[in-house]
Amino acid sequence: MSSLHDSSIIGSALVKRGLADMLRGGVIMDVVNPEQAKIAEDSGAVAVMALERVPSDIRRDGGVARMSDPEMIQGIQAAVTIPVMAKARIGHFAEAQILEALDVDYIDESEVLTPADEENHIDKWDFTVPFVCGATNLGEALRRIGEGACLIRSKGEAGTGNVVEAVRHLRTINAQMRRLQTADSNELFALAKELQAPLSLVQEVSLTGKLPVPLFCAGGISTPADASLVLQLGAEAIFVGSGIFKSDDPERMAKAIVEATTHFRDAHMVAKVSTGLGAAMKGIEIASLEQRLAERGW
Amino acid sequence: MARVGVLALQGDVCEHTSMLERVGAEVVAVRDVEQLDTLDGLVMPGGESTTIAYLLTTSGIRPILEKKIDDGLSVLGTCAGLILLAHEILDGRSDQWSFDVLPLSVRRNGYGRQISSFETVVEVKGVGEVPGVFIRAPKIETWSDDLEVLAFHDHGDGEHPVLVRRERIWGCSFHPELTNDDRIHRLFVDAL
Repeated sequence: MSSLHDSSIIGSALVKRGLADMLRGGVIMDVVNPEQAKIAEDSGAVAVMALERVPSDIRRDGGVARMSDPEMIQGIQAAVTIPVMAKARIGHFAEAQILEALDVDYIDESEVLTPADEENHIDKWDFTVPFVCGATNLGEALRRIGEGACLIRSKGEAGTGNVVEAVRHLRTINAQMRRLQTADSNELFALAKELQAPLSLVQEVSLTGKLPVPLFCAGGISTPADASLVLQLGAEAIFVGSGIFKSDDPERMAKAIVEATTHFRDAHMVAKVSTGLGAAMKGIEIASLEQRLAERGW
Repeated sequence: MARVGVLALQGDVCEHTSMLERVGAEVVAVRDVEQLDTLDGLVMPGGESTTIAYLLTTSGIRPILEKKIDDGLSVLGTCAGLILLAHEILDGRSDQWSFDVLPLSVRRNGYGRQISSFETVVEVKGVGEVPGVFIRAPKIETWSDDLEVLAFHDHGDGEHPVLVRRERIWGCSFHPELTNDDRIHRLFVDAL
């Protein structure tokens, strides 16, 4: 946080969390080039995630997955007017510093890339640009918020086209928040220990029944019906990775998922946009995976 | 009790909803054309203006809302909402449209990308100092004389309007809904 020439302050928690508030009810799409970024913007995306390979390709190719080339990120920034996010490896604060220097609008400290530190996540308070982090349960979400994350997304299992893990993570986070709401104040100390989460955040969730930052869903969303499902489970917006540009007709799929996100409770509308969409991405059964990305980070 | 809609296609709808409820309005979430009936006022929230514009078109709300505004519906637009009400949009998409009911030109992300987003204090005419939260905020660059400017902010490049009104149409560059101060919402609802 720092002062400008007048009494203005940049990088406060309010302005960092505020951008996440503005993305509510929207779809953030993974894109690998300016052409895809334009398609995303034309189809109503609220933001794009600039990366070199979508998760399903990272999964297929193997090897170490790193931050994208700055040239590629800048090309996407020049192509669209909506916010541009980019991914840094877990714990790789130097990649995050580079992304901040590039003026990206949000940094995803992401398990989709190969972790750079197996013990520590990035101290996100240290940055002016806000961070989003993945979580599989409430303890993990609150640890990330304790480190300064301004937005939490379910991890799901990226690049599979299979929404089952995202559903598991959302349901787990919600169930654990409900448990905190019914606990009395004496129990919160032990619950904080059990969750391995900062006590002050556990106490806050116990009072409010929700995370102190927005909760979005990521990992395996590939159809308008998937979008409607996770929004009805309490996600406030969605990230779609491989699900759009690995489908038969990306532009139609992108538009259909955007409509389904806005009208997620209107089954007639979701039915209408789901009709004649062509094939969604093929998808993978979770049990057959060799590498579970959601297990990265802790 | 005033019935106020919040355009609920995308953006920070729930913050506006709780603010409006706090100042005594009955709030309707507007996602369909039918929900536009019997409103005294409408809030266009913060969010992405390109997304909201896209959804206004696909939902069929755009032409109906245009008519309602013509017929005298009061509207408050914050951030993306201001862009949707502006006469001219600078640095937008080449095909970006707006309702063209505020005589001003507005530059998208005129105060910079997210890294430049800021909090400050804004002096509002007749109200006093209110917190101003500017997030990838649009900057009003030119404006006509018949626009009532309720607040200016100088971000180092001269004074630019940040809260404006022409008759029933209000525009705001910042996000009063993200703070605890409900005076701007009260001003809007009291004028209905």
